[in-house]
Amino acid sequence: MIQFDHVTFQYEKAETPALTDVSLVIEQGEFVTIVGHNGSGKSTLAKHINGLLLPTEGVVTVCGMRTDHEEDTLAIRQKVGMAFQNPDNQLVTTVVEEDVAFGPENLGIAPNEIRVRVDEALAAVGMSDYATFAVHHLSGGQKQRIAIAGILALKPEILVLDEASAMLDPSGRAELLETVSKLHDEGMTVVMVTQYMEETVGCDRVVVMNGGRIVLTGTPTEVFQQPELLAESNLVPPETVRIRDTLRTIGFTLSDRVLTAEQLAEELCPS
Amino acid sequence: MSIVIDHLTFAYTEGGKKLEPTLKDLTFTIEEGSFLGIIGHTGSGKSTFVKHLNGLIPCEKGTVTVDGHDLSDKAERRIVRSLVGMVFQYPEYQLFAESVFEDVAFGPRNMKLDADEVKKRVEHAMELVGLEPERFSARSPFELSGGERRRAAIAGVLAMQPKYLVLDEPMAGLDPLGRKEILTLLEKLRTESGCTVIMISHSMDDIANHATKVLVLEQGSVFAYDTPRAVFLRAEELQRIGLSVPSVTKICIALQKKGVQIPASICTEQALIDWFKEGNFHA
Repeated sequence: MIQFDHVTFQYEKAETPALTDVSLVIEQGEFVTIVGHNGSGKSTLAKHINGLLLPTEGVVTVCGMRTDHEEDTLAIRQKVGMAFQNPDNQLVTTVVEEDVAFGPENLGIAPNEIRVRVDEALAAVGMSDYATFAVHHLSGGQKQRIAIAGILALKPEILVLDEASAMLDPSGRAELLETVSKLHDEGMTVVMVTQYMEETVGCDRVVVMNGGRIVLTGTPTEVFQQPELLAESNLVPPETVRIRDTLRTIGFTLSDRVLTAEQLAEELCPS
Repeated sequence: MSIVIDHLTFAYTEGGKKLEPTLKDLTFTIEEGSFLGIIGHTGSGKSTFVKHLNGLIPCEKGTVTVDGHDLSDKAERRIVRSLVGMVFQYPEYQLFAESVFEDVAFGPRNMKLDADEVKKRVEHAMELVGLEPERFSARSPFELSGGERRRAAIAGVLAMQPKYLVLDEPMAGLDPLGRKEILTLLEKLRTESGCTVIMISHSMDDIANHATKVLVLEQGSVFAYDTPRAVFLRAEELQRIGLSVPSVTKICIALQKKGVQIPASICTEQALIDWFKEGNFHA
């Protein structure tokens, strides 16, 4: 569905490339998280998926279309919806439903079809009750869900979140993560860039970036088994996984599958 | 010496009308040398509260007194501003000078210190935050990485040598390494210079591992003001008001559900591991 083929990217005036020889395939329906420290290249990678950035070398294809073919740009952007970090920069109107309708209106979609799409999109993010609310009265988490509803109203096949949870409080982050998992369960392909290792726990595959390169990829279980490699990338496994590893060193038998408090308790005291 | 908050109430005004109070009758004392973690969800009044600590928001009802200086008095407020340093959310957005040195020097210069003293303080503050003066002084703040910019902004506040350092979500948007650097810096300031740290944070793990006292705000009122152990012992209540608890507390709760006799007051990684090491675990 998304294919990076030996992609290198260098920002203008930069001394070193932000991405070096990145190859990655993301399948339809997959939930992939991309983690890395500030400046590791993870956001740069995400911005290649809808052609916001174009490779200096190599090729990115989305649903068979090359992002560097200008005639396909519009088609690609309709397939790939993108949510960014700051919720306040993504909302354009003052009322929730108007904001969600903004995208489809720009595409010239018929008003009755827009009504249907707005209602469906708000339902998908659990914000139907807020349709007529003023945007500025919403919490950060609610604003991000509205931003995602605005994307869903364009009926994308791929949802890319570029640190969309970074500015949210824990309940806002939990709301957002729940919304994204639900969309994934319903068939959406999701690529989520995050700095929070604990947010990767429920995804299909984690891609670890460092210095513009992919240094590690695997299921959350596999990735957390490599604390040394993660440390080299300035990352740490979630606290629960670190505790699991320390308990192993003092003689407790715990499998790699233990990622959450409940799983830890279950293996220590099997029922 | 300490910061005494006495029956502090505050309401914002919109279109000439008073809104529902953002802070309701807060009364407690922040002891000198402590590390106070402030938690509460968005809109609970955390940022409004800390803006009272150096008079950015004047006290309307009730008082805030810093080392005996009453903030409702204009002359006293000037003194307090030199005692209480304030690091806002995303402080790197406020960097403005051509070089890191000039930016960090802005505060001490405003304090009318002589050039030698300014230089000494700037270099000391830069060393504290891990930006070696030789390497970073002449560089533009805008060439730095995100984590370095954040630390440069914090250095600007530290150069004024505040006795009380207030930080509003200082780790927001930083990667795990950047977060650790800031926390290490705060611990160092507290233990080496006796600086009192007051930090708003959403990370319950960081609060559990570093704070000596925790203030929980809920709809503008004090929900709890106690040690981390005592506060996180009330896990169920915290979750009911939409807050999470530290990872360690979650493990304790999960074990308790399995019938394990583990005290719910354990909330740090170290305390949990010690509890296991001491052979307390029986499935």
